[in-house]
Amino acid sequence: MIVTKEKPLEEILGFLTPYKKILVVGCDGCTTPPRGLREAKTYSTLVEMSGKLNNKNFECKATTVAKQCDNHDCATTLTPQIENVDAILSLACGVGVQTLVEVFPEIPIYPGQDTIFLGSQDRDNANMYEKCISCGDCILDETGGICPRTRCPKGLLNGPCAGHMDGKCEVDREKDCAWVLIYRRMKDTGQLDKFRAFRKPRNYQISTSPQQIVWK
Amino acid sequence: MSFVSSLEKSLATSKFTITGELTPPKSASIEDVLDGARLIKNDVVATNVTDNPTSRVVMSTLATCHLIEKQTGLETIFQITCRDRNRLALQSDILAANALGIKNILVLTGDYITMGDHPEAKPVFDLDSVQLLWAIKRMQEEGLDLAGKKLKTPPKVFVGAAVNPGLDPIEPEIIRLEKKVDMGAKFAQSQCLYDPDVLEKFMDQISHLDVKILVGITPLLSAGMAKWMIKNCPGVIIPDEMIKRLKQTEDKVKEGIKMMVEVVSKIVPMKVAGIHVMVPERADLVAEMLKAIKASGVV
Repeated sequence: MIVTKEKPLEEILGFLTPYKKILVVGCDGCTTPPRGLREAKTYSTLVEMSGKLNNKNFECKATTVAKQCDNHDCATTLTPQIENVDAILSLACGVGVQTLVEVFPEIPIYPGQDTIFLGSQDRDNANMYEKCISCGDCILDETGGICPRTRCPKGLLNGPCAGHMDGKCEVDREKDCAWVLIYRRMKDTGQLDKFRAFRKPRNYQISTSPQQIVWK
Repeated sequence: MSFVSSLEKSLATSKFTITGELTPPKSASIEDVLDGARLIKNDVVATNVTDNPTSRVVMSTLATCHLIEKQTGLETIFQITCRDRNRLALQSDILAANALGIKNILVLTGDYITMGDHPEAKPVFDLDSVQLLWAIKRMQEEGLDLAGKKLKTPPKVFVGAAVNPGLDPIEPEIIRLEKKVDMGAKFAQSQCLYDPDVLEKFMDQISHLDVKILVGITPLLSAGMAKWMIKNCPGVIIPDEMIKRLKQTEDKVKEGIKMMVEVVSKIVPMKVAGIHVMVPERADLVAEMLKAIKASGVV
């Protein structure tokens, strides 16, 4: 899922100031934590109340879309609701925001979230962890199913740097050293021969942004 | 036999080799570091020059190496990290180093950007240290850059790497050293060592590798420094006895240096090639440490 973090309310109020009628659009897709209808309603109330405290009368309406990254979903769900709307506040990830921009070119669209990573969720603790940077060149077969490009801050490909301590990373002692995890997993599963292999420099050409798939 | 550098010659022919370390100045003037170079010149074969150590800005390593060599005659070891330069910039600096007469290169991955005082900067790490060693090997042996394009004059340098004997688990570090040696590292300088037993065990574990080990020697200057290092420096193991001695003594610097002379005397019989004496930004203490080792006659 795509993990997002709320932008500070002051920042949102800052860019909504020139407008009056705001449509707050949630996303029922993979945005995590959930940013659906319930959260859109909460944001609407928050924006209206904070506006009042600053002598500003916003009129917010809350709605949601099945998947904000799908232009058909956005068009069919939102077209009946955008009459007289001055601006849209999107609660989706950055992909959702930009899809709305293309579907409704005449309306200013603003992000309510900072998009932070592609995460996996530990349901027991509600924690979320970044596991993949979508590099376009998967090497999980060589690294015991643990991605060093994502989980090692330096993106090292030939084993750990000398900064690990108690299995933790030099950059943040709260986080596991990806290469110690890889080493232990490959040792336990009899793959140390692969661990020993020299890996050549990464081909960044494969990962050049923006990526696209165009059907011709 | 001809040698690329005095360091290579010393490692091949001397019983015990000593290198030092200097930090480039946080200044547009080279003078301070030249004074440091003059202080240690007669007691080392060559000196490392660090590369924006702990991710803080100082003068470029390449320029500092060149000016030290030109103005004091002390041979340098150009430390090059992968933190601030991509593969194009790294390769140009290797070529430049050779053209400037710098003969030794120590390849490092580098501390992460957020460890220093520019935590908002973009970290590069286009290559890791093993890959940079590979790139230099290719330049030297095949005369090619990483794109496979021919170099009119390939560089001729003596290349080393870093190693940390105190890490736990140690096996990944040994595997990484194997890769570094495969990729042309002829010597390895170690993390600061305080417990000779750690080194003895490590030397046994790497006895299959053809690499000269220079053991990192940094005097402890106080019990507080020792405790800080145990907590913050990966692989640094300091015996309790050392901390006790530092607490009990009046002149802590003198005691710190004395304890390191004792460590050196214990590691001389091991299969190490020598020592690497470093005290960040304190060339005067590097000099003092070197003089104490010389005076003790242990080497």
